Amino acid sequence: MKRRTLLKSTALAAVTGLSFLGMAHAENPVLKIGFVGVTSGPAAAWGISNQRSMETRAAWLNELGGYEIGGTTYDIEIVAFDDQKDPKRAIAGMEKMAQEGIHYVVGPNVDDGAAAVRPVAEQNGIMYFPYAFPKELYTAPASNAVLGMVANYQSGPAIYKYLMENNGVKKIAFVAANESDPLSQRDGGVEAAKALGMEVVSDSVTYQVDTTDFTPVLLPVIQTQPDLLVLSGVSPANAPQLIRSARELGYAGLISTETAQDAGVLEEGAGELANGFISVGGASTAELASDTMREFVDRYTKMFGEYNDESNTKVYALEYILETIKANPAAMTDVEAFKATMDTFEAPNPYMVGDAKLTYVGSTSFGQKRQVAVPLVVNVFKDGAFETLFVAQVD
Amino acid sequence: MEQIIVNGLYLGAQYALIALGLTLIFSLMNVLNFAHGQMYVLGGFVTYTVVAQFGLPFIVGLIASAVVLAVVGAAVEKYLFAPVIRKSKREESTMLLAAGIAFFLDAVILLVFGEKQRGVPKIVNGVLNWDFRIIMPYDRILIGVLAIAMIAGFILFMQYTKAGRAMRALAQDRVAAELMGVDVARYSMLGFALGAMLAGLVGGLLVTITGINLGMGGPTSIKAFMMIMIGGAGVISGAIAGGFILGMMESIGLTVLAAYGDITYLMIFASLMVFLAFRPQGLMGKPWG
Repeated sequence: MKRRTLLKSTALAAVTGLSFLGMAHAENPVLKIGFVGVTSGPAAAWGISNQRSMETRAAWLNELGGYEIGGTTYDIEIVAFDDQKDPKRAIAGMEKMAQEGIHYVVGPNVDDGAAAVRPVAEQNGIMYFPYAFPKELYTAPASNAVLGMVANYQSGPAIYKYLMENNGVKKIAFVAANESDPLSQRDGGVEAAKALGMEVVSDSVTYQVDTTDFTPVLLPVIQTQPDLLVLSGVSPANAPQLIRSARELGYAGLISTETAQDAGVLEEGAGELANGFISVGGASTAELASDTMREFVDRYTKMFGEYNDESNTKVYALEYILETIKANPAAMTDVEAFKATMDTFEAPNPYMVGDAKLTYVGSTSFGQKRQVAVPLVVNVFKDGAFETLFVAQVD
Repeated sequence: MEQIIVNGLYLGAQYALIALGLTLIFSLMNVLNFAHGQMYVLGGFVTYTVVAQFGLPFIVGLIASAVVLAVVGAAVEKYLFAPVIRKSKREESTMLLAAGIAFFLDAVILLVFGEKQRGVPKIVNGVLNWDFRIIMPYDRILIGVLAIAMIAGFILFMQYTKAGRAMRALAQDRVAAELMGVDVARYSMLGFALGAMLAGLVGGLLVTITGINLGMGGPTSIKAFMMIMIGGAGVISGAIAGGFILGMMESIGLTVLAAYGDITYLMIFASLMVFLAFRPQGLMGKPWG
């Protein structure tokens, strides 16, 4: 009898405690923001850095008491879905977001996933922020997708031009993984290089993403003796191996990519052989990072044990969504109001020093403002860290 | 031409070592271990942790990978495969279990080691350059030699030790071996541990060259299955032959077919389909299993 009473009391106490906990969390209404992207498999680093950036920022805002929109303070909840880099799963993920009444989604991370979710997003009034480059996602009649980073056809020409003028680069070679994103990025790069008058000495060599030895892959490329070797759309997993193999084959020229990379991964995988490697990053280099950016990196590191430099770019999407809704609270449930606000939206960029602004751009590339104005920061890797090579703006 | 052969031999040595573990487990227990690639990845991460995180010598990392994977393999056999084999007559039960273990290990690796690509510093610096006819970094030569030495050690172990003879007897006829006094449960567990250990050793060896990430498990398993399909499932010499044939085909394809894009594996898969249509048991396998 005593035992039964004890059990009942314990259960009652537990239920009461949980209720209080629930009440504590339920003080503010919740604003759900979705994430649909790849968080497993070889490309997991891309999506995980997205998801963790969002979770870090959301936890930070919630810790400050919530995020105020139109006089109401909201707790931010991130609803994440792993699409496993599979377009079918990406569609399922976007449908889940629609079922949960979510109107703003970050992702997907790759071209085919971003293209696949478009009908679901448009039918269900969802704005989504892919990290995919096909222009048809952002040009009319499409209007619900907002490019979350700088596209390769924007960063590539800027990098090639800089290297032509400053390093005398004339001959260029491309190598890409045999997947849709890297191949389309390679084709865009080849087009840009030719438009700049460079000599493309190799653009047909591709590799499987699970390649364990890049020596045979790179041998025919290196034999063409390029001044610049472009690793089109290279994943952070493959970049160190490709750099290492190229250097071990005696290649002494420049190596670059238009995707974001992680300094720790490059250091571990290629060490000093990665010195001089050029990639596109965000704004966390010492010269550009604000105190807010530094605190973001600290909080991310505390939450997840280790920072990922790819988050320098991926920190922005959630900020844009929240700030735009804040600028027009009607956008909370009405994406048409969100779209109308995008044209004139402007807010301070908390992650960069100086008077940098958050604005929507893309008029030149897409004919409408469907891209976040992430600064085009071109980094060069040196002794375990990135240094800023140059900074440019995109429109 | 010399470069193609050297690349093929290097790839073949590592592939053969991967395939050996898979074929050993298949021959002893008739289990297709879909988690073999994940065991390879786990071995790589163990070496990475010991060498890069704890700052211990590479050989310590390699031994740690071997020990950890042997223990994991033994536990998987004793507590998962053995009960399922005992209770279920359906072969797909073990296949589903192996697939489940693969997913489980993927999740564990993501939780414990994270999503990033990992690598350890080169164990030997420098590159062999023979008049630009053969270019091969010294660390790859060392890893290739170590892989071949391990294959030789494995063959000697299977040929000349009591445990090796017992496992070969099990592979030939499980019932007859049991009737002759072979402790089936013990040697099945030992065989699985040995197979997992080989996967872990390759992961540990290659983390110095290719690095490691959690997505490498699935593709590694697929390549390992291709090798034992070529050589003959459950045949040790077949796995070695399959590994070297695949390595050589990859090396030739990547060089000769480079101008046509990434069609090397397309050609390899097409050739494999034609080959299996004529010889479904592989090069050295027996038609009756």
